[in-house]
Amino acid sequence: MNAMLRGLCLATALATCAVPALAQSRDETLLVVVESGTNSLDIHAVGANPASYGVVWNIYDRLLSYGTKTMPDGSLSYDHTNIKPELAESWKFTADDEITFYLRKDAKFHDGTPITAKDVKWSFDRMVAVGGFPTFQMKAGSLEKPEQFIAVDDHTFRVKLLRKDKLTVPDLGVPVPIVLNSELIKKHATEKDPWGLEWSKLNDAGGGAYKVESWKPGEQLVLARYDDWKSGPLPKLKKVVIRDVPSAGNRRALVERGDVDLSFDLPPKDSQELAKGGKVKVTGTPIENSLWYTGMGVKQPPFDNVKVRQAVAYALPYQKIMDAVVYGRAIPMFGGPATPTKAVWPQPSPYNTDMAKARKLLAEAGFPNGFETVIHINQGVASLSEPMATLVQESLGQIGIKATINKVPGANWRAAMLKKDMPLFIDTFAGWLNYPDYYFFWGYHGQNAVFNVMSYQNPEMDKLIDASRFETDAKKYEDQVKGFVKMAWDDVPRAPLFQYYLDAAMGKNVQGYTYWFHRAIDFRSISKK
Amino acid sequence: MPVLVSLVLRRLLGALPSIAAVVVVTFVLTRALPGDPAAYFAGPAADAQSVEEIRRKLGLDKPLPVQFLAYLGDLAQGEMGTSLITGQPVSADILARLPASVELTLCGLALALAVSLPLGVAAATRPGSWVDHMARVISTAGVSLPVFFTGLLLVYIFYYLLGWAPAPMGRLDLFASAPTTITGFYLVDSLITGQFATFRAAAAQLVLPALTLGLFALAPLTRMTRASMLGVLGSDFIRTARAGGLSRGTVLVTYALRNALLPVVTTLGMVFSFLLGANVLVEKVFAWPGIGSYAIEALVASDYAPVQGFILTMAIMYVGLNLMIDILYGLIDPRVRIEA
Repeated sequence: MNAMLRGLCLATALATCAVPALAQSRDETLLVVVESGTNSLDIHAVGANPASYGVVWNIYDRLLSYGTKTMPDGSLSYDHTNIKPELAESWKFTADDEITFYLRKDAKFHDGTPITAKDVKWSFDRMVAVGGFPTFQMKAGSLEKPEQFIAVDDHTFRVKLLRKDKLTVPDLGVPVPIVLNSELIKKHATEKDPWGLEWSKLNDAGGGAYKVESWKPGEQLVLARYDDWKSGPLPKLKKVVIRDVPSAGNRRALVERGDVDLSFDLPPKDSQELAKGGKVKVTGTPIENSLWYTGMGVKQPPFDNVKVRQAVAYALPYQKIMDAVVYGRAIPMFGGPATPTKAVWPQPSPYNTDMAKARKLLAEAGFPNGFETVIHINQGVASLSEPMATLVQESLGQIGIKATINKVPGANWRAAMLKKDMPLFIDTFAGWLNYPDYYFFWGYHGQNAVFNVMSYQNPEMDKLIDASRFETDAKKYEDQVKGFVKMAWDDVPRAPLFQYYLDAAMGKNVQGYTYWFHRAIDFRSISKK
Repeated sequence: MPVLVSLVLRRLLGALPSIAAVVVVTFVLTRALPGDPAAYFAGPAADAQSVEEIRRKLGLDKPLPVQFLAYLGDLAQGEMGTSLITGQPVSADILARLPASVELTLCGLALALAVSLPLGVAAATRPGSWVDHMARVISTAGVSLPVFFTGLLLVYIFYYLLGWAPAPMGRLDLFASAPTTITGFYLVDSLITGQFATFRAAAAQLVLPALTLGLFALAPLTRMTRASMLGVLGSDFIRTARAGGLSRGTVLVTYALRNALLPVVTTLGMVFSFLLGANVLVEKVFAWPGIGSYAIEALVASDYAPVQGFILTMAIMYVGLNLMIDILYGLIDPRVRIEA
């Protein structure tokens, strides 16, 4: 009897303490659904997908990071003007061509090894050596050669500058320059794979605020807080579960019913309706330095004629696209003043839907009866590109341009871009670093990078872009930016449509969600109450 | 028994050329697909030079025969390459995902069988009655409603509106932990290890997707049972059995059904292999980490290795399935055994 009673007491005690423990763990756990998850735990690995940016952002530290700011609508965004320390306690220009970083002395990797300048040097050497995207991204900040990186002592790291480049410091705060546990990875490196990429893409070698607790590719990723993290205030969430749910309808149902806390990167229709429904919080932030546009291959007749391009720009159904394709979850990029007033990008172009003007320009160009052409779209983003193409097709038909639509499968889109033979296409491009000259360097410059899909080449514009990249005088910089934006309007190789929103829907108790340029979630700032 | 063994051996030998052909054809077909994996995986800011670099790393710059030999060499060692989209070895991916698909398909099939056999028999015994009409309506509806539609509809009603079904997010809800892997079937593994809470969670997750698949499989099975039963019921030996005064149950089950089962088993085999492929949409709707959605994602990304691995696995499974059906034939119908 006595034993039974004791057993009963124990059971009750267990039950009563188990319930709050479970409730508490739900409060400190964030459940996230995404369309498709990461394929790598290391951004340096070949083929690491965009979801991996978010993983490395949370499990690795970088030397520097960015502060946050409150947007006019009350939502939070990172602040590209406020660069702040992360693993580096402080940094300064110790010479004209040299930056010195002073590392935190108490920071440790997840396995307990202290983080030293040697690890930083090894990680930096790695990212400029592995090739592909990481190397490319670092080159954008003039970080190119291993000789540039010097480990002075255990906690002092130095970067020698090849040239004075205003993007060098901001480029150290993007997801690529992570600090990896060099000794740990070296144990798993092989002759064929000297940088241990095969191992680090499946294993956590970081010292960031979160550790990888478990990972089933294509299914779910579980992150657990690293309690010894020193590079910032300890995050509130103890655990983050990211589950892949491919069906957009189900992701929406899950967050509406409160079974998950956050659904990320929503289709515009869902975000509009969820916001209206009022059951969840929807936060939309315009994606910085990004633009959806209709592009024209300027090397291909008849689009080599600037009047034809202007005619197309006047014939686009701008407002219809805003209403029927993106459901208002975007900033219109049309109907602006004729000359740029500010040195920002993107900004509204002077074009508007004006069929009379379009017809007149087309006649002046020598095509009073129009012509036939093909609109190319990326099927990988079909929910946006397909309705847009149909609207554009219908609208161009009104001025006699008979367009057919060619849907290029997502996997082939980049190859199609590299070929540069599309006469008319609809696409988007976004730059991580929020500078107009950075965007133009990729999208308009005569170097003809892959994102200059139009093959637009204008030596005058190149001169301005090149000058502005290294310009130190604010006034001169402003004039240069306005100068090349104006050329982009007049020559109109691409007709801007809208600046897209990054939408996230979350439970009302989720606090601290912040927009980041890399379009992944920073779990360190999020809490639930 | 030796007859059965030689049948199995002969079947296996006969399957070898088809598997070899599958290896060659998938290799050539995946290479012939338009699309450039190097460009796809070069990432967001790649130029022509970094695309070339990736191509070299993936070994795609070598001539096709060399690539094929390398592929054969890997296959001989049981390696199917590495998937670029998941970053894992293909064999590990398939091993992890195949049980999910098979478990779902088997459950769907079991559900369909449980309904379609009695329904088909009932319809055949009373042709033209309301049961027969009901069978027709159900099977027509099942086959004409696309699975993604039934799936979404079921989710909408039972999860979103009523809240009876668990959240459609894969094989387990977020708080249940997966059972220790023995067979890879969550239902079986959780029972073996005695984790009954996990069993319940896994079963709950299975209900809606299995129902969706089952609805789809209902039509061919019901129709086939009905047609085959009708044929058998009209034959002489049934009349003799009835005339001999055997009970209705004995006539129906022992004599008629057993004879009518042969075409049903054939259909079953076809439906099973078809469902494994048709799973893709159900897997997408229910976030089921199965093999169909895996293959589709790989195909979209021109990721060669998983596509080849998937087709090869499927080919081997078809061979195995056909073999099993042949053996089942023998068990059901002694004539097949003797002829073999």
